[in-house]
Amino acid sequence: MLDLTYEAPQPKTIAGATGDWELVIGLEVHAQVATKAKLFSGASTQFGAEPNSNVAFVDAGMPGMLPVINEGCVAQAVRTGLGLKAEINLWSAFDRKNYFYPDLPQGYQISQLYHPIVGEGEVLVDMAPGIARRVRIERIHLEQDAGKSIHDMDPHMSFVDLNRTGVALMEIVSRPDIRGPEEAAAYVGKLRQIMRYLGTCDGNMQNGNLRADVNVSVCRPGDYERYQETQDFSHLGTRCEIKNMNSMRFIQMAIDYEARRQIALLEDGKEVVQETRLYDPDKNETRSMRSKEEAHDYRYFPDPDLLPLEIEQAWVDDIAASLPELPDEKKARFVTEFGLSEYDAGVLTAEVANAAYFEKVAEGRDGKLAANWVINELFGRLKKEDHSIEDSPVSPEQLGKIVGLITKGDISGKIAKDLFEIIYTEGGDPEAIVEERGMKQVTDTGAIEAAVDEVIAANPAQVEKAQQNPKLAGWFVGQVMKATGGKANPAAVNKLVQEKLGL
Amino acid sequence: MTDLTKLKIAEARDALRKGDVTSVELTEACLSAIDAADALGAFVHKTPEIALEQAKAADARNSADAPALNGIPLGIKDLFCTKGVPSQAASGILEGFRPEYESTVTSQLFADGAVMLGKLNMDEFAMGSSNETSVYGNAVNPWKVDDRQLTPGGSSGGSASAVAADLCLGATGTDTGGSIRQPAAFTGITGIKPTYGRCSRWGIVAFASSLDQAGPMTKDVRDAAIMLTSMCGHDPKDSTSADLAVPDFEAALTGDIKGKTIGIPKEYRMEGSPTEIEKLWSDGADMLRDAGAKVVDISLPHTKYALPAYYVIAPAEASSNLARYDGVRFGHRASLEAGDGITEMYEKTRAEGFGHEVQRRVMVGTYVLSAGFYDAYYNRARKVRALIKRDFDQVFADGVDAILTPATPSAAFGLGEMAEADPIQMYLNDVFTVTVNLAGLPGISVPTGLDAQGLPLGLQLIGRPWEEGDLLNIAYRLEQSAGFVAKPSQWW
Repeated sequence: MLDLTYEAPQPKTIAGATGDWELVIGLEVHAQVATKAKLFSGASTQFGAEPNSNVAFVDAGMPGMLPVINEGCVAQAVRTGLGLKAEINLWSAFDRKNYFYPDLPQGYQISQLYHPIVGEGEVLVDMAPGIARRVRIERIHLEQDAGKSIHDMDPHMSFVDLNRTGVALMEIVSRPDIRGPEEAAAYVGKLRQIMRYLGTCDGNMQNGNLRADVNVSVCRPGDYERYQETQDFSHLGTRCEIKNMNSMRFIQMAIDYEARRQIALLEDGKEVVQETRLYDPDKNETRSMRSKEEAHDYRYFPDPDLLPLEIEQAWVDDIAASLPELPDEKKARFVTEFGLSEYDAGVLTAEVANAAYFEKVAEGRDGKLAANWVINELFGRLKKEDHSIEDSPVSPEQLGKIVGLITKGDISGKIAKDLFEIIYTEGGDPEAIVEERGMKQVTDTGAIEAAVDEVIAANPAQVEKAQQNPKLAGWFVGQVMKATGGKANPAAVNKLVQEKLGL
Repeated sequence: MTDLTKLKIAEARDALRKGDVTSVELTEACLSAIDAADALGAFVHKTPEIALEQAKAADARNSADAPALNGIPLGIKDLFCTKGVPSQAASGILEGFRPEYESTVTSQLFADGAVMLGKLNMDEFAMGSSNETSVYGNAVNPWKVDDRQLTPGGSSGGSASAVAADLCLGATGTDTGGSIRQPAAFTGITGIKPTYGRCSRWGIVAFASSLDQAGPMTKDVRDAAIMLTSMCGHDPKDSTSADLAVPDFEAALTGDIKGKTIGIPKEYRMEGSPTEIEKLWSDGADMLRDAGAKVVDISLPHTKYALPAYYVIAPAEASSNLARYDGVRFGHRASLEAGDGITEMYEKTRAEGFGHEVQRRVMVGTYVLSAGFYDAYYNRARKVRALIKRDFDQVFADGVDAILTPATPSAAFGLGEMAEADPIQMYLNDVFTVTVNLAGLPGISVPTGLDAQGLPLGLQLIGRPWEEGDLLNIAYRLEQSAGFVAKPSQWW
């Protein structure tokens, strides 16, 4: 395995009136499992359907209806666990979490409190080249999503849409290993990246397919290290949980606000109360949702409608064998195989489609040059027009040919940009276009020599100056390039100019 | 043919196959009997149109090798969801509920040609032992002492009453702690609860999911075997349904039990138990011995903890299972006042929709699952349950084929007699039956005698898991030896 080495980032510190404070953050990420059917019913999971059209009898909590586990969801959870290098529990079980809410038709959510399907794992959260945080995963469990209550359609009534009811979620629970708002967002981003590589969650935060509950506490420098040494939580501050965040930016803003709120309380000699809070992005503040005393008693107990979930090691092994190359490995390979900087390798591996595109461009060619072209020209152009890599007008084969033409010396970098523009807007075969439109670099010294002679003959005053100050030779190179329409090989021009001027 | 309703399923089957009677004739006879028996409160919803349509279809299909249940008129306990037909679990909270689906068990019965006469009374959500908690009012036992009206038992009281009074040829029941076997014993009929997982629970309104099982209630053991064969079978829609082949249980009825070992558990000998019950039990043991079985004393040491464990586990599951009755999507919703929010809607709806016994159990269940009490009650009860199951496993491992016990601690009691009693007095009715549900075993109640007042009494046989055929055969032998033929005299 090709592994890059990393140092841990510095924790974020906030200066208070009484000294510095550090942040300790743990996340519960809810990722919607990418499957066609719900966790315990055959109803569709398609987003944006007519309200209450993707609802099986069991999803609506009809009398006598029973849940039956969807094997595809189990496979996706196992796949995610393997992608997070986690322990897979061959024996797991489902529990009921009981509470009343109109968008929870059964009156309970089926979840896995006591025996989750995935145990301890780990995620490497890249912060900068050479800097990454190792975040321990405590567990991943499968559970049902709730429906959606709509309170603003009518002044007197609330409406319920059960389409999302029963859709499978993976709850990915981290240890409190995250030390700042940026790390928290980067952690969610890394989970998202890995799950998109695995195809287990589309990571669409806007649609609510990836959401996070963020636990935040503050402590003094040194306390966190004492916790890590002993795993004794009493070294850490009291935490508050910020519920249901579905934007990377808001996650950071909410953590920052919440940490400062807690510091202000502590420095005033008050206590932080353990509670659930909601973040209001309009006001950039968190507000108490319910205190520990008001917390629901969920009366968890094993769901008697479902047998324990037993899976076989051979099945897990089959899934493991089908895993794609994951972002960390791919990035390390790009660094060693193509000689890329870690930064560029990181950009190219951010999305699996980008990485695949790059690899096609780079295949059998100069990797660094390919990376430059993909990152600077292609990504820049796509971004400008809001295109994704999947609908790029330039195929990797086309861009590969452009890179190949540069490497061979057939075209200059400048001409290559023109060529790229032609391919982007008109399409076509780069090699043929170069031929047809006479874009090939002139490497024929005879032709270049004639052009050089012509420029020298036409500018005797400049010749004199250049002979006294050789730095001015570049002016002649520029004139020759202009005269040849940019197609002359700049190196050849330079050599001839030097010779002719007797420098 | 006269008295068609008095036919047993096997007799009616033979007559139908021979063409001596039609299903329409049988069905019409039952429908008239039902109409004349409103005093029994057995049927809470009659479905004559469906019945006659099914009967006609059965007659059209009739042949010498038609399925055993082809054209046989049955009653269906209100706990079963029947498509387009009111299915309320005898509760006010399911007011107006007509499911868009058919339970697996009733689907199988209808696929075999059975005819549905209507829905049968029961205790609300199957919670009760006297059929006095039904929103429809009491079901009444066709057996009577003087003018005293008696309970048919519960929760499948309507089923028991209907079968005993010959309103139908057989009925479905469900049994969570004794709800088939106790009413069968109180009304002089046969009722079997199969092994947990034999019958699909899909489409049966849930009471306590880890204990609920459907089963037949019939006039004799052969009929129970016939109905059970149709009701059982693997259902992929119920994760707890067993993927096992279903034998033809009727074919197991040879009456030969030579060499079988019958266990008599000493823990079921209750202090203060009526001598009639003791005698019934020892007579039953003698009958089986006389038939060639070996009768041995056995011990099931954790028996005394069964009832408390049951009354923790069953309410715990029920409190969660009944959370869906919230007035949001179906059934009753309380009318609200200005300013009432969702909490008021829940509280008023559930207060109006659920009867007292259901409310009591929901509260008990909520309590035992609460933080701080979970380990002391629910978890401890689960441990007791495991020990009770181990007791049975041990006895079966030692070679016992079936266990003989009384079905109930007494004969049927009077309606209203327990109204003022501590609820635990009512729960004691289940003392001989709950162990079987906790261990997931098959159990059958067979009428074997009458008490001094002339009321039927039953014995229970408990079998090995998945050995319903063997259990039915031992019960068949006991039935033959006991020769119970008494019928209630018609007063309704």
